[in-house]
Amino acid sequence: MNRLRVEQLRTCINPPLTFQVEAGACVTLQGPSGCGKSLLLRALVDLDPNEGEVWLGERARNTTPPTEWRRALGYLAPESRWWLDRVGEHFSHQGETISALFTELGLPTEALDWQVARLSSGERQRCALARMLAVEPCGLLLDEPTANLDPASTQLVERLVMAYIKHHNAPLLWVSHDPEQVQRLAGRALHFNAEGSLQEGPLS
Amino acid sequence: MTIIALGPLDLGIAALLIVALAATVRWQRLGLEGSLLIAAARTVIQLLLIGMVLKSLFAETRLLWIALLALAMLLIAGREVAQRQKRRFLGWWGFGIGTGAMFTSSFTVTLLALVVIIGPTPWYAPQYAIPLLGMMLGNTMTGIALALERLTQEAWRERGTIEARLALGHSAQEAMIPMRRDAIRTGLTPIINSMAAAGIVSLPGMMTGQILGGNPPMTAVGYQILIMFMISAGTGFGTLIAVWIATRRLFDRRQRLRLDRLNTPQ
Repeated sequence: MNRLRVEQLRTCINPPLTFQVEAGACVTLQGPSGCGKSLLLRALVDLDPNEGEVWLGERARNTTPPTEWRRALGYLAPESRWWLDRVGEHFSHQGETISALFTELGLPTEALDWQVARLSSGERQRCALARMLAVEPCGLLLDEPTANLDPASTQLVERLVMAYIKHHNAPLLWVSHDPEQVQRLAGRALHFNAEGSLQEGPLS
Repeated sequence: MTIIALGPLDLGIAALLIVALAATVRWQRLGLEGSLLIAAARTVIQLLLIGMVLKSLFAETRLLWIALLALAMLLIAGREVAQRQKRRFLGWWGFGIGTGAMFTSSFTVTLLALVVIIGPTPWYAPQYAIPLLGMMLGNTMTGIALALERLTQEAWRERGTIEARLALGHSAQEAMIPMRRDAIRTGLTPIINSMAAAGIVSLPGMMTGQILGGNPPMTAVGYQILIMFMISAGTGFGTLIAVWIATRRLFDRRQRLRLDRLNTPQ
């Protein structure tokens, strides 16, 4: 059981938040900019100080070493960052799994040898997704992963991510501004209301 | 051999050079004459004061007084390190990291040089202890200030990269490797350069002083090598300690990057 369970999570702007994402389910997160969507994801992966408890399956965040927790709960930031010259150098290992990820994202396998500086913003975002999935996390948090992508790439990303969560039985929290995307993907949609708390919302 | 002492008249002639420079600068409307004269006046007053302190210290060698002077020097150097930081750590850390690192490295190396290498009696003889410590602190201070400044700036600038690595499950230490390397290199470059250039490009000040003071050149050279090595070791270890503590302070127990522990420059 890989359910993501959030209890009384307090970030710097929101009231305490309690919600769950079932194993293998996609829940979208919506709300106007500045309502705390990104902050919530950062708090879940423990990048900002926050209070409350988060469980991923049996694992409780506050008693799991931070490096292990962040490997278990994959987080994709809205903007990808790179610290070495070539794409492939950012992967801890290479092999068929990685090549398969690249192919499924519509990237040639040679992209691993490309200079990061050469990538378009869309390619960069897809490479970052591959980099994150290569760690094989048991849960996913995606912050607008398709904001810079054309419709064809968006479809590839959606297909890959949905296949991943089915295969790994992983919970997925997806921040999206696109109502059609929410309708396509989500089993449930969470909306931030005016007070900054979460409520179940319509899927469109 | 006795050294030729300088009288007020001799120094007055040297001072005339500064006055002439100030007049020229004023004539050229460069607007520097004020700060030039104030700096010259500060040189005279500060050196006269420390001269009197040393004179009374030399007259009566008491460990307590020497320790107090050493402590004052350390605190002033620590304040200098903190003030040179654009983004310094909030609270006592801003002062404490630099001061602690300087204390650990400068005092240990100076003590080693006094007790094991030079061996004056008593070991704290102020003629040796104070100038050695002064040179150690002066150089260690520069190295640590440069390194800390670089480390905090880089952490600030590379926040996105550091957090991207943390999110992939890298440890804080791993994510900081490039920034730490940069910071330590920045702190050590001046002293490595001055070791490489010693004697060719520049005659180091201490050696020049000893030769002017009438010591045989080879004795002066021996002391200069000792000093250079001490300064390098002191600066190197001091910088490593400061960068190590500062890196730890940049993260909390959950290995989150805590830039809120740095102040924001206005």
